[in-house]
Amino acid sequence: MTLTRFVTKNAFRNKRRTMLTVSSIALSLLLLTLMMTIWRAFYMDQGSVESSQRLITRHKVSLVFDLPAYYREKIRALPGVKHVVNEQWFGGQYKDQKPENMFAQFGTDPQEFFDVYKDLHIPPDQLQAWQKDRAGCVVDAELAKKHGWQIGDRLFIKGTIFPMNLELNLRGIFTAAQPTESIYFNSTYIDEGYPPLKGLVGFYGVLADSAQDVPKVASEIDEQFRNVERPTKTESEHAFQLGWIAMMGNVKAFILSICLAVVFAILLVSANTMAMSIRERTREVALLKTLGFTQGRVLGLFVGEAMAMSLLGGVVGTIIAVGVIRAASKAPGLNFFLGGVHVGIPTMLVALLVAAAVGFVSAFLPAYHASRGNIVEGLRHIG
Amino acid sequence: MAIPISYNIRNLRLRRGATVMTALGIALTVTIAIFIMALLAGLRDAFATSGEPTHVLVLRKGSNSELAAGGVAREAMQTLKDLPGIAKNTQGDSLVSGEDILVIVLPRKDGTGETNVTMRFLTPVGLEMRPKVKIVAGRWFTPGQREIVVSKSIHDRFSQTNVGDTMFFGKGNWTVVGVFDSGGSAHESEIWADINQLASDLDRTQYSSVLMKATDPVSAESLKNRVSDDQRLKLNGMLETEYYAQQTSTGGPIKIVGLFVAFIMAIGSIFAAMNTMYAAVAYRAREIATLRVIGFSRPSILTSFVLESLLLALLGALVGIVLMLPFNGMTTGTSNPVTFSEAVFRLRMTPLVVSWAIIFAVVMGVLGGLAPAWHASRREILASLRD
Repeated sequence: MTLTRFVTKNAFRNKRRTMLTVSSIALSLLLLTLMMTIWRAFYMDQGSVESSQRLITRHKVSLVFDLPAYYREKIRALPGVKHVVNEQWFGGQYKDQKPENMFAQFGTDPQEFFDVYKDLHIPPDQLQAWQKDRAGCVVDAELAKKHGWQIGDRLFIKGTIFPMNLELNLRGIFTAAQPTESIYFNSTYIDEGYPPLKGLVGFYGVLADSAQDVPKVASEIDEQFRNVERPTKTESEHAFQLGWIAMMGNVKAFILSICLAVVFAILLVSANTMAMSIRERTREVALLKTLGFTQGRVLGLFVGEAMAMSLLGGVVGTIIAVGVIRAASKAPGLNFFLGGVHVGIPTMLVALLVAAAVGFVSAFLPAYHASRGNIVEGLRHIG
Repeated sequence: MAIPISYNIRNLRLRRGATVMTALGIALTVTIAIFIMALLAGLRDAFATSGEPTHVLVLRKGSNSELAAGGVAREAMQTLKDLPGIAKNTQGDSLVSGEDILVIVLPRKDGTGETNVTMRFLTPVGLEMRPKVKIVAGRWFTPGQREIVVSKSIHDRFSQTNVGDTMFFGKGNWTVVGVFDSGGSAHESEIWADINQLASDLDRTQYSSVLMKATDPVSAESLKNRVSDDQRLKLNGMLETEYYAQQTSTGGPIKIVGLFVAFIMAIGSIFAAMNTMYAAVAYRAREIATLRVIGFSRPSILTSFVLESLLLALLGALVGIVLMLPFNGMTTGTSNPVTFSEAVFRLRMTPLVVSWAIIFAVVMGVLGGLAPAWHASRREILASLRD
């Protein structure tokens, strides 16, 4: 019998206990993996190359204040700016208020929109069809699939922010690396349907020459409009998106505290199991030592057993996490935040590392005590 | 005959290590559950205490938020003021307040970035209609001045909101002149200022909403219908209480994520409790057989072990509740999907939240103890005695 086999045999000698412990650890590591994945998606993922080249310019005081339309040409004239496009959040309602019918609608300029958003791909003939139709719109491929929309369909969107409704002709379907949950239509539709908004723009999407130019361009734009009635705030697209997440509250602290609680909980579960199973084997330890096993080896056997169990739990937990994230990124209501998110290899490795560490820490103390115990007393032990 | 509970307590004390670790595990789960429930209770509370049953909120037809563009034309105000059933103040003026809402960005004090904050613009009549809102520092704004007052929660959570600070929007700097306390209602997330000054600063020709006070709740209901049915006005009336009730969807993401986490952790804790109880049963095999020989029945053995697991869980619940106590009343915020701005609220460990936490722990204890206790009561006496 090899040592590995000895460890595995021991780990599964009390099957029920092992199953309970492994499941408990798996559930905790499932949570840990989910939280780390969300963290990574929110705070560490820098997005596509095109996204890092983009900036968003909005009113300095608030998104609900509009900017004048003539800012567009002024921004375009700045060095380092390649393309600028106007955008307006419409915030309308499709069918009803159910979460599965919620998606974003933006009014924009069909002539330049896809030049700024280069990572959205649309067939040239569909783009031309959109540019020619004042009531046309383009939709995200995922969204079209979900609602069963086809080119030529008419979409009716009820305005809730603006006192007007949209009746749009679906002219094109664009694909994106990550689902955008958005449709885009010609902003002149709003200008004509709600004249007070004519000459005003919600915010601007700006494409810089390169990612390195982004900070410089941002400060140039804001400098340009510093001492005017409607000052601007420009930030990278990533920073802009982080702002939305920050609005949900102190998400960072929330995730961190859950992670801490979870890690501590698995530590308790694992330590409890190991302490119980080692105490039961006091006599066996004494026997092993009489057979010539050194203290270090006995310690290694127990620690190895605990690590094997927690690693098994870790593997199961991460596998379930992959499935949960896959389901959640498609679920209505959650896909806005989790669309396109997946569990990365580094996240899995960290989760397994945590599992191994927990196994090690939880077994070390009881195993150390057991391995140091007096042989004679150990043999006499009843329990 | 039942086995005395002191037997279980002594056993828990004897196996101190396992008891403490299992109870702590349950305590962590309970802590998370209380945290989520206290958040949601605080949010519900903020919206439930907002709105008076005699108040009718008037919005443009088709809009369901005060933030929507296009609202109530100034000309419609006179029509609204003359509607029957409207309460009047001592000077004989109708209690009808035209208001406007803006959202501005303010930096958080704790350095976690900027967020949107609701600004409400109103007249002295609007202040008069909300007697629960009281000034706690400084004074109210003066009509016709660029002056603002901030709520206590906003003052606590955001920089640039001390009396004397200024913020720039419209055509100039607005000075903070006072801090108000709204008694935990949704106004706790707002900044207030004079509407006429705003109208001239931003050329706003419409109110985004109008608030009317009816003489009693019954006339409020008819007033609401009267406004909605008047085809000339193209307006929609709703009770202020209804308006805030729809905003309780705020915190939806917290609820989903929180319940999911609590549920998963609960299953984990149940498994851990089972483990501990199975070990306890195995350890005491001979003892259990002895109890049976003395004459204790199988049901009483079963009850005794479930009770022991229950005690373990209750200990965990107690620790969890104590751990969460310091967080009770903590102010925090999340985004309100109706106004796109921050809803400030306090964590509230209401008696209901605490009872739910205890029930939650009891369920974990019972589920964790049932299977091991069943095994204990089914053991063959002779086999156990020989072990």
